[in-house]
Amino acid sequence: MEKFEKFTGIVAPMDRANVDTDAIIPKQYLKSIKRSGFGPNLFDDWRYLDPGEPGIDNKERRVNPDFVLNKTPYKYAQILLARENFGCGSSREHAVWALTDFGFKVVIAPSFADIFFNNSFKSGLLPIVLSPTIVDQLFEELADHEDYQLSIDLENQIVSNSAGAQMPFEIDPFRKHCLLNGLDDIGLTLQHADEIKAFEKEYYQRFPWLAA
Amino acid sequence: MTAQTLYDKVWQAHVVREEDDGTALLYIDRHLVHEVTSPQAFEGLQLNHRPLWRKVSILAVPDHNVPTTDREQGITDPVAKIQVETLDKNCVEFDLTEFRMNDLRQGIVHVIGPEQGATLPGMTVVCGDSHTSTHGAFAALAFGIGTSEVEHVMATQCLIQKKSKNMRVTVDGKVGKGVTAKDIVLAIIGEIGTAGGTGYAIEFAGEAIRDLSMEGRMTVCNMTIEAGARAGLIACDQTTIDYVKGRPFAPKPEHWEMAVEYWNTLHSDDDAKFDREVVIDAASIEPQVTWGTSPEMVLPVSAATPDPAAEADAVKSDGIQKALDYMGLQAGEPIEQVFVDKIFIGSCTNSRIEDLRDAAEVAKGRKVADNVKLAMVVPGSGLVKQQAEQEGLDRIFIEAGFEWREPGCSMCLAMNADRLEPGERCASTSNRNFEGRQGQGGRTHLVSPAMAAAAAVKGHFTDVRNLWRV
Ligand code: SF4
Repeated sequence: MEKFEKFTGIVAPMDRANVDTDAIIPKQYLKSIKRSGFGPNLFDDWRYLDPGEPGIDNKERRVNPDFVLNKTPYKYAQILLARENFGCGSSREHAVWALTDFGFKVVIAPSFADIFFNNSFKSGLLPIVLSPTIVDQLFEELADHEDYQLSIDLENQIVSNSAGAQMPFEIDPFRKHCLLNGLDDIGLTLQHADEIKAFEKEYYQRFPWLAA
Repeated sequence: MTAQTLYDKVWQAHVVREEDDGTALLYIDRHLVHEVTSPQAFEGLQLNHRPLWRKVSILAVPDHNVPTTDREQGITDPVAKIQVETLDKNCVEFDLTEFRMNDLRQGIVHVIGPEQGATLPGMTVVCGDSHTSTHGAFAALAFGIGTSEVEHVMATQCLIQKKSKNMRVTVDGKVGKGVTAKDIVLAIIGEIGTAGGTGYAIEFAGEAIRDLSMEGRMTVCNMTIEAGARAGLIACDQTTIDYVKGRPFAPKPEHWEMAVEYWNTLHSDDDAKFDREVVIDAASIEPQVTWGTSPEMVLPVSAATPDPAAEADAVKSDGIQKALDYMGLQAGEPIEQVFVDKIFIGSCTNSRIEDLRDAAEVAKGRKVADNVKLAMVVPGSGLVKQQAEQEGLDRIFIEAGFEWREPGCSMCLAMNADRLEPGERCASTSNRNFEGRQGQGGRTHLVSPAMAAAAAVKGHFTDVRNLWRV
């Protein structure tokens, strides 16, 4: 995983609550056995006027000109600004892969669904929770500016706008450490392999019916 | 010792280590695997030359992509075929137990786990699928994970987790005839909302929950994720133990007594504290129907669709309007006047034998209405199908005009050929009514199996309790 560095990026608005993972990446694309290539089908049902199937060349499909990510400058957005309960529904990590493949590094929302939130960190996508009032305010600022950008400083846990306003956010220290250093969870856990083995020994003595 | 909730107990029994900030390494007993969320995990293991930590913990089955007709022909969709074959291949290479597509035991992963006794009380159960919450019906801690976590469990038998808060939803009293587990859980979601359970593990309690069979309890826990909680649990009791006994993966006779003794401790202590408590009166629950594009957009069948103008909150009002537009409904439309095009009885929420019996009871001696283009019943597993056929349920459905299919996820998420066309309206026993869930532009109304069968024979939604009286 790449290290998460400080950056300033274009913000795209997704002004609806309960955006679910079926909307983020429709199920027909889950048939892929790869981790990459989902970006062109991010928000597929909203993004194109023609139905999509895996294997179809997306360039042949009519795009929906009204959909935010089809407009300039949002095509180049790295930050998605969203409403409550973003990422609800299915556990598909493909939703995160589609967002990162498109180019998103951050999603800002007042709240996230648990599984999506958890999945995000595994692929270097940073979900930032800001209060509903601040999110409202960001939507307003965005509406007033053509090319609205925010800076994300994970090290200091701060989102800032071009006017210099600073909005702090919370993040679990372990997750922050992993993102900043691009660390792989599995490698970290395997450092505790002896502890896991010791645990198992006791565990299967206590619950012998679970020992196969 | 301080009083513990059921969730606290199961959690604690699985903590391998804990950091100061509460991040724990949690040991996983059972890992269920299907074709959609596993290929990238197997690939990751191979790329990093990592072995499986404990292969006996894994039970694999293809379910999301499998066809529900003409199985002999194999899978015609080439992309789906590759995915199922990739699972088969990975299971051979990693030497895993898999119930392949033409195995009698094949079915929806959340149906076959319990059916095989692979889900046991007190276990931690994970699967790359959000409806893993289903298994919480067995006083197990069961939750859905993403593909990176699937790989993590394969390689380490553990997950890095933070403990959730405790919520208890108590459904007091008894429900009336014709009101099922599905109606109970839809009513709960209507009450607490689709994000109401975020950050919590929910324990379902109360007389109405205790009165449910294991099938009903699984239906309730299945939809916990639709209330925003990753895990839902129900205390272990005699109903649980009787269900588990004698199943292929259940404890061997020499360990049975010992297991039961432990399982009998799997309930919240009397004075356990919950961070949030919700109490619902069972008698007040009517058969439910969702009207919108989120499971919380649910109403009793006797109600009418909401009016966005009556909602003060602008974001909510807009949400109601968007949902009505998508669903092709007007504000104030009585639910009972909404006509349907298709009927889907199936999914990991409602495809077990009891669900099929309920639906058959309503369908018996009646005919699917003329305006209904397709009514299908998709059993949850090959074994459920076999049992239903032994009971003659397939005949009842076929005579009424339903199609009787092979087991799988089917039109719950429409990854195979079973789907809605744009604008089609479906009474579905599944768990998600999101936009496009059952096919692009499709309109889904979530209901119980009995209500779906009632909609099939009437052609529109109707209170199934009236049908039972005639
Ligand atoms: S039946 Fe539906 S909800 Fe259940 S596992 Fe299959 S696709 Fe998911």
